[in-house]
Amino acid sequence: MNVVPEQKTGRTRPGPGLRAALLVLPLLVFIGVTFLAPLANMLVRSVHDPVVADALPGTLEKLRDWDGRNLPDEAIYEALAGELLKSREDRTLGQVATRINRVQSGLRSALTRTARRLGNVEDGPWREAMTGIHAAWGETGTWLALREAGDRYTTRHYLNALDLQRDPGGSIVRQPEDRRIYLILFWRTLLVSLGVTTLCLLIGYPVARLIAHAPPRRAYLLLILVLVPFWTSLLVRTTSWIVLLQNQGVLNDMFVFLGVIGDDGRLAMIYNMTGTFVAMTHVLLPFMVLPLYSVMSAIPRVQTSAAESLGATAWQSFWRVYWPQTLPGVGAGCLLVFILAIGYYITPALVGGSTGQLISNMIAFHMQSSLNWSLAAALGGILLVCVAGLYVLYDRVVGIERMRLG
Amino acid sequence: MNHAIPMKGILVSCMIVLAALSGGRAAAQEQSLTFVSWGGAYARACVKGYIERFERETGIEVRIEDYNGGLAQIRAQVDVGNVYWDVVDMELADMVRGCDEGLLAPVDIDEMAPGADGTPAAEDLPEDGITECGPTNIYYSTVFVYNDARIGATKPNSVADFFDLEKFPGRRGMRRSPQVNLEFALLADGVPLDEVYATLDTEAGLGRAFRKLDTIKDQIVWWEAGAQPPQMLADGEVVMTTAYNGRIFNAQVLEDQPFVIVWDGQVLDTGGIGIVEGTRNFEAAMKFVRFANTPRAMADLGRYIAYSPSRRSATSLISTHAETGIDMNPHMPTSPENVDRALHNDWEWWSDNGEEMNERFSTWLAR
Repeated sequence: MNVVPEQKTGRTRPGPGLRAALLVLPLLVFIGVTFLAPLANMLVRSVHDPVVADALPGTLEKLRDWDGRNLPDEAIYEALAGELLKSREDRTLGQVATRINRVQSGLRSALTRTARRLGNVEDGPWREAMTGIHAAWGETGTWLALREAGDRYTTRHYLNALDLQRDPGGSIVRQPEDRRIYLILFWRTLLVSLGVTTLCLLIGYPVARLIAHAPPRRAYLLLILVLVPFWTSLLVRTTSWIVLLQNQGVLNDMFVFLGVIGDDGRLAMIYNMTGTFVAMTHVLLPFMVLPLYSVMSAIPRVQTSAAESLGATAWQSFWRVYWPQTLPGVGAGCLLVFILAIGYYITPALVGGSTGQLISNMIAFHMQSSLNWSLAAALGGILLVCVAGLYVLYDRVVGIERMRLG
Repeated sequence: MNHAIPMKGILVSCMIVLAALSGGRAAAQEQSLTFVSWGGAYARACVKGYIERFERETGIEVRIEDYNGGLAQIRAQVDVGNVYWDVVDMELADMVRGCDEGLLAPVDIDEMAPGADGTPAAEDLPEDGITECGPTNIYYSTVFVYNDARIGATKPNSVADFFDLEKFPGRRGMRRSPQVNLEFALLADGVPLDEVYATLDTEAGLGRAFRKLDTIKDQIVWWEAGAQPPQMLADGEVVMTTAYNGRIFNAQVLEDQPFVIVWDGQVLDTGGIGIVEGTRNFEAAMKFVRFANTPRAMADLGRYIAYSPSRRSATSLISTHAETGIDMNPHMPTSPENVDRALHNDWEWWSDNGEEMNERFSTWLAR
């Protein structure tokens, strides 16, 4: 008797289960292809770079036994000369040179120039020939850099992303002071994101409450006012702030007209941190208002009235009855705004000036201009760990199941 | 069974549509070429100057796309093997780097047309204007500009004036990038033209450049796109700014802006057209590069925007502005009266030190 139902469930369960799996399969494939695979690729890129190792295998093999103090012997020069010529023929030399140059600036032209001129050199001694073409070959630092760039797997990019480097002895030290930039930017990005999230909450909370408890017709109108900017292009909204806030902009003109400030005392409200804060808060505000609104509109109004009729002050009824119930919305809004803010890129680029740049602008630079994708990947990886860490923290403190996105 | 038939039908018709689409695409691509350029006034000048004539004479349709320089998009296309840009207008440094990295197709200089006077292309072009992936076509320049209507009675006339806040108070526009700015700072600090890059190569020299920039740092408004500086100057956001000379020329003659260019300490750069490695339209792309590199095309381009031809034999062909009829010679960055205080951008120095300079520059900015 027991066997029958089991068989039954055994037969029927895979049916709907399989169908459900098939229904979500396109989504899973989509996420896998467009999100997980690039993410994995990025993380691999940040530690794995075989270009130099593939192009100069013989030289690197020989360099392994080199003591690192005196100049390497003739055989290594010969191996490198041969491989440089071959690399030039294969047209991989540029990529090799770029990578070695990242370990030590200035070696790019040393490599390309040497490879160009070595074509005319028939045979050795190679050390003399190469040192004659470029003085860099007479310095041990060049060879150390070559050896370091030859590692297939490296933590160099993560060190670089944290303003650290390896000294010739191999121990980890800080970058020289005038090259320490990434920690400052990570820190600034964190502070700006926290600041913007706080501002959004302070501004968004009353707005959401107003909408949630307004009569339907007015609530509808107010909601449209929140949604229209939400639907407007990010670029348009950001450039509108330029028009409003710039030195000769609407706001400054108005202040001068009203006599609040003199014509030569116009306020610098854009191309600095202020501009970044104002524009980012405006752009991200709907992401705070909407989850708050959806949570608030589910709270019966009679509760606060009941609290007040039972003797609570307005503040007590808000703080002890209303506020705790809006927490899931507050959590969702804050998390949403914060995570969006931490990766923000266009707005700070346009209105940030010199002091309002964030870490994502640096990532964009390494993606687009310097083509140092490994460093960009390392910076992105660190950002990813930060966000994941905050998510876990949020889950511990508030509980992710309590989050309501609307 | 009921489902099978329509499914099959749909499949078949899908395949027909796909085949038709791909066939149509292949056919269309034989006569068209995607040319990627800098947009705005410059792209317009290219179209008017020589692309329209190229289309008429060869029957190849040229589609124009805009970009902001750099090699990232080309690299993405070449790496993935899906190349949809054919020819790209780029600065010399990127041409050389793209060539080294195998992103651009090699172009033999002997394939280029001879000069207007019959000299071979290799001799008609300057030595540093020839790369293994093609010749350069134009000289353009980063200069500093002031708005005559707002500057006051004394006018700036040297690069040192750009850094002189006492004589010329007010905000300055500069490109947010170490390029040009470091050179500018050293020139203003009295370093001779031919020692600028040697000075930058030393720690002390670099420190000197940054210290000079420090003196005006809180008065600098940073720009990124070439269209911004003329706008900032017109709005009165800045009293003077660095800018590309061609954009300023357009604002001067087409919009009647009272802008004045100070040629002292201009930083000269060259640009050319590269063919993306792996393009399916190599033949057409080669025709295009050859066409744009003819002295006549260069001179015609110079009738719409103030960028000088890179060929020696094209210099004498520079004529008047096509729309207003004014003489172009005084507006060209390489004309004798403008060029004698020009610094030639050392692309090799920048390709060696660009990344490090950017880190230092960003650190300096963030301080």
